[in-house]
Amino acid sequence: MWNYLKRLYHKMGSPKWFYDISNKWLPWLIGVGCLLMGVGLVWGLAYAPADYLQGNSFRIIYIHVPAAIVAQSCYMLMAVAGLVAMVWRMKIAFWVMRAAAPIGVSVTAIALFTGAIWGKPTWGTWWVWDARLTSMLILLFLYFGVIALYNAIEDDELANKAGAILSIVGVINIPIIKYSVEWWNTLHQPATITLTKKPTMAPEMFIPLVLTIVGFYCWFAVWLILRTQNEILWRERRTKWVQQVTNHVL
Amino acid sequence: MISLSAAMLATFRRDLLLAYRAKGELLNPLMFFLIVSSLFPLAVSPDPEFLGSIAPGIIWVGALLATLLSLDLLFKADHDDGTLEQFLLMPQPLVFLVLSKILAHWCIAGLPLVIVAPLLGVMLGLPENAYFALMMSLLLGTPILSLLGAIGAGLTVGLKKGGMLLPLLILPLYIPVLIFGASAVQSAGQGMAINGHIAFLGAYLFFTLAVCPLATVAALKLSVAR
Amino acid sequence: MSQSAWIEARNLRCERDDRCLFHNLSFTLNSGEILQVAGPNGAGKSTLLRILIGLSAGYEGGLSWMGQDMRAGRYDFLANTLYLGHQPGVKGAMTPEENLIWWQSRFSKAERNSVYAALEQVGLRGYEDIPSYHLSAGQQRRVALARLYLQPPKLWILDEPFTAIDKAGVTRLEQTIVEHAQRGGAVILTTHHELPQSVPVRTLTLGGAQ
Repeated sequence: MWNYLKRLYHKMGSPKWFYDISNKWLPWLIGVGCLLMGVGLVWGLAYAPADYLQGNSFRIIYIHVPAAIVAQSCYMLMAVAGLVAMVWRMKIAFWVMRAAAPIGVSVTAIALFTGAIWGKPTWGTWWVWDARLTSMLILLFLYFGVIALYNAIEDDELANKAGAILSIVGVINIPIIKYSVEWWNTLHQPATITLTKKPTMAPEMFIPLVLTIVGFYCWFAVWLILRTQNEILWRERRTKWVQQVTNHVL
Repeated sequence: MISLSAAMLATFRRDLLLAYRAKGELLNPLMFFLIVSSLFPLAVSPDPEFLGSIAPGIIWVGALLATLLSLDLLFKADHDDGTLEQFLLMPQPLVFLVLSKILAHWCIAGLPLVIVAPLLGVMLGLPENAYFALMMSLLLGTPILSLLGAIGAGLTVGLKKGGMLLPLLILPLYIPVLIFGASAVQSAGQGMAINGHIAFLGAYLFFTLAVCPLATVAALKLSVAR
Repeated sequence: MSQSAWIEARNLRCERDDRCLFHNLSFTLNSGEILQVAGPNGAGKSTLLRILIGLSAGYEGGLSWMGQDMRAGRYDFLANTLYLGHQPGVKGAMTPEENLIWWQSRFSKAERNSVYAALEQVGLRGYEDIPSYHLSAGQQRRVALARLYLQPPKLWILDEPFTAIDKAGVTRLEQTIVEHAQRGGAVILTTHHELPQSVPVRTLTLGGAQ
């Protein structure tokens, strides 16, 4: 068992292994992602019943909620990858982290943007300091910090390590930030309509939501793998196997 | 060999001595705190009642920004003249030595803010029953600002363009302190209990005491390796 | 040899920016030895010293102190080591005396008399209570060098110690290094300065043969 884990660790530490295996996963992830998103979106947008309170405008949750969930997972993933990279000195984990940061920003921005669009018909204004939207905004700021740090440090290896430290510190603080924002929100704005947190959600609304969430995760994985592969090819550009791969493509 | 507590004391005293030698610099964050807070009546409204209601927020944001400005004192000068290297080579556990540096920073930068804050409260028409909460929340909150800020200061210490970067890294992490600190003062002004706020700030202080020095040491080691 | 070497490096390898600075580098350092790390600019001399002292972690291979892994024996290693880097590590706002007392305080309680004696050795007696920013670059270097005369640690790691030191100071420093080795200490240094024949030095050359 131990030996097996050790072998796995060495394999996973190898960029070539990651490149090859992720290449095998890609078509599946793309296929499943497109299928789930397609079914989920068509079902959610066209067939699910309208909300008794919000009418049709609620349908944006099929984008908003998956984006928000993936945005949070992406930060967790960065911190976990950072921890793995620092503890076991795994280069690949650093690269995954680095690849994930801009994706996180985009997905968080999507969640905020769709939240604002949803806010207009629901609250009559583009932006409300709702607990969830505020948390997302702070998450965006946390991403900004990591990316700004990456950009500021010229030495890649040090930038990776610095980014890892910052995202680990960030992820430890996220529950505290979330808690304090929610607490702050109940203090200042009792009884607003909270997004997504409906006491009961009809199954015909809920199932497409689950489908789009899983689909969004697949797309996220595809995006992350592509960016990581890019990073691998660039870092390992001097090695033989990369030159073979690129020769093959060119 | 010298004991850990003696080494911590030596570090602490050295930083206080250096601060004392550069008294002028010491006043800068304090003056900044005063100026920024007096911008609000000019920008918003001098109506005492209105000011009194937003005073907790103004003072807390001012304290936050002033601390941020003062974080440069923590490691920057030491890095530039090479004493940071010598500091990192001390044969004692760095986590504790860094902790005593942070403590010194708080005495230099945080404590004066706590002392000046009531003056600002008077100028901004803070309700009388909120002063205890103001002092209490700042007393518990500003050390947290120093502790969290030390991580950012450690990460950016060797960078030429670190000045603008530090706020980006650290401000999001300051949000819980801001929320609980400011609302403690506000609640006290409205005659409500503030036990919960103080308990949160106290717990958060202990939490950051445990986590931040570790992260700061890791950050500093990275920064000198550049 | 029954006792383990003070410092033992096994197959050190260091890469910077995709460029291999050195690999398969093995050496030992023992009591009474002076080791000069030589090589052209950019060969990784300073990097090697920073790896030894633990300021730089970007290397592969084994390092041990007194037979113990360097990471495990870190505090013992640091308690017996003096490192002098490119920067003097002298605080401008503090006087030479305060600087030395702070530096000494990591090892033992610093005594004013020994600090004065050390300053005397580097020709800075009389400057002890002047803020260091009033001193010239060379004098600041000398404040840093005065550490060699405070109850000295066993192992000295000196990166370009002769920089900005005048002729008389250089002779004095060479002598100090030799005496330290004769007393049973060990020195590892980098320098572009030609050491005289009287200094029994072993040379480790980096770069060139890659």
